Amino acid sequence: MRVALFVTCLADTLFPEVGKATVTVLERAGVTVDFPAAQTCCGQMHINTGYARDAVPLVRHFVDTFAGYDAVVAPSGSCVGAVRHQHAQVARGAGDAALTAEASRLATRTYELSEFLIDVLGVEDVGASYPHRVTYHPTCHSLRMLHVGDKPLRLLRHVRGLELVPLPDADSCCGFGGTFALKNADTSTAMLADKMRHVLDTRAEVVSAGDSSCLMHIGGGLSRLQTGTRPVHLAEILAAGDVA
Amino acid sequence: MSGAFLGMPAHSSPGTGHLQGTASFPAAARVALADTQLRRNIGNATTTIREKRLRVVGECADWEQLREAGRDIKRHAMANLPELLRQLEGNVQARGGQVHWARDAVEANAIVARLVQATGSREVVKVKSMATQEIGLNEALAEAGIAAYETDLAELIVQLGHDTPSHILVPAIHRNRAEIRDIFLREMAGVDPTLTDDPRRLAMAARSHLRRRFLAARVAISGANFAVAETGTLAVVESEGNGRMCLTLPETLITVMGVEKVIPRWQDLEVFLQLLPRSSTGERMNPYTSLWTGITPGDGPTEFHLVLLDNGRSATLADEHGREALHCIRCSACLNVCPVYERTGGHAYGSVYPGPIGAVISPQLTGLTGSSVNDSLPFASSLCGACYQACPVMIDIPSMLVHLRTQHVEAARAAHRTPTPEAIAMAAAAWTMRSPTRFALAGRAMRAGRLLARRGRIRRLPGPLAAWTAARDAPAPPPETFRDWWARTRGPGQ
Repeated sequence: MRVALFVTCLADTLFPEVGKATVTVLERAGVTVDFPAAQTCCGQMHINTGYARDAVPLVRHFVDTFAGYDAVVAPSGSCVGAVRHQHAQVARGAGDAALTAEASRLATRTYELSEFLIDVLGVEDVGASYPHRVTYHPTCHSLRMLHVGDKPLRLLRHVRGLELVPLPDADSCCGFGGTFALKNADTSTAMLADKMRHVLDTRAEVVSAGDSSCLMHIGGGLSRLQTGTRPVHLAEILAAGDVA
Repeated sequence: MSGAFLGMPAHSSPGTGHLQGTASFPAAARVALADTQLRRNIGNATTTIREKRLRVVGECADWEQLREAGRDIKRHAMANLPELLRQLEGNVQARGGQVHWARDAVEANAIVARLVQATGSREVVKVKSMATQEIGLNEALAEAGIAAYETDLAELIVQLGHDTPSHILVPAIHRNRAEIRDIFLREMAGVDPTLTDDPRRLAMAARSHLRRRFLAARVAISGANFAVAETGTLAVVESEGNGRMCLTLPETLITVMGVEKVIPRWQDLEVFLQLLPRSSTGERMNPYTSLWTGITPGDGPTEFHLVLLDNGRSATLADEHGREALHCIRCSACLNVCPVYERTGGHAYGSVYPGPIGAVISPQLTGLTGSSVNDSLPFASSLCGACYQACPVMIDIPSMLVHLRTQHVEAARAAHRTPTPEAIAMAAAAWTMRSPTRFALAGRAMRAGRLLARRGRIRRLPGPLAAWTAARDAPAPPPETFRDWWARTRGPGQ
């Protein structure tokens, strides 16, 4: 199986450790990972801000870059959500039938990390060890676009030393929402305040999630208030510790 | 008006009435977010309704099949709307009712005012109705010298408080008991001055106030939850019994109904009468379901008028990607689960239709120009998807919001010769991301951002990104991008 890592533009430029951790987890699970260097961005920001027209070349580029792989894995529920549920729609809107067909096919082979580990590889215990008190924010697009359910939690429950604390009101949005955080900054902040309150109520040392974007938002708030709780991506936890 | 608007009109009128506020959503939300009382009231109320809804929905083993059935019936109804409306009209007339067609709010208000004036009455009682809120009927009737009295408890609170509704189902959701007592003491003639904020005493005060209205009224105005084409039957679903009073006691009944409320068959009610109460009030069944077909001699009103309202709905129907919004049964489940609505309340949306579905319907009915106040509504969402999950007829609200955002951007493109700064930034970003070389260079250039960082974080960003750092730190760019790390450690990718 030829597996490509789609690292996502955000992890590539701002959170490279998330990309490295994803590679580590996949390689430990016996997967040979390719990183097609032509990859850039899935175009979600453009699509969701109303710039579908500008996103068409990005969809085409994504399809061209990854078409030759059996599986594409990304450490982001949101980016995979865009690939799976929006790419074909954008292509259809642009009247490109060939691209629509290719994007639809690729969508079925593109996985969020926890989906790939559990659904494709059948692995729940990735051999990680992470002796910290952790709470998990499930992220909206993982939950409601991809329906990953408790897959990330199942992976975390197998991590040695990890104390998993349930997050109250876990499935409510952290308020990021891409450009929503800038266009409706006040409402976004109000949502963030409640998410931070719930995170802090768990007395966790680490808040984790499967999306760097949501973590950047929650973590940015936690850091501003000097709360002493830090954001760590799911992939980084799963890559932690010596291989068993 | 004639029936010529039926079908897919090339030119349909935009909706008028209370569908647009005066301030953009971000500006209106800023005011609402600072209202601590409002935040508590709405937070408490939506949490309660949300939990109730989850409980009763969880009881239905076939909930997903019900949702699918609801969606399919609505889809079929919208695909056959002209024929169904004709059928409805014929069946209402056959049973002694009269049918009127209104292109927009102005026409609908004029029709109702004329009908009331013809009865010689100077006052009407009203059943809670979104359609009449939408067209601003009460204000229009007041101008015609007719007093309209709301009889739903929450609508009464809103009316007595000289306020506007902030929720589709619970229009006074932004008020708490103490505020309601104050409104009653101030505005309700003959109220007991020792009234407390005990819910029972508040309800009894409203009850005796309303009882006088019901017994005196000769004309009632209602909306409709459903209209069955094959029988000509109208349905109103409610909790307090005020609707039943209005629909049965007066001599004349006038029902104003959006054209999208029509359903084909009597049997279809079975689906919606399960979906609606569980989604809206979180009850297995609502206390009062009133159904009537034309007039029945010796029983109830002797005159029945049905006003079929377009007000932008034809234009919505003509939009292939937008018409799904007409499936809405006004249950307000999406409001109650929305993290944005929960914090801003309904007034921030400007329109009588707030929340996620309001952010779709309001701009659809008024139209998007690229710069109107309603153009800001589709952006009033983090696209978290909670609305879609809760919607009893499976309206994909997040996708519709994105669709409307695209319409807004395209309208702005067409309206302005010079692109907006945002459009320039988006085009530049897309240009960069189309090319791996440019993207890699941009990634490296971001390293300059490290100069802004202290101890791995950035406290203040320039330009539009300052909105981010007003409340959140930004991460310092890393010394090396992922792709550079990969190329350095694994050799160049393919």
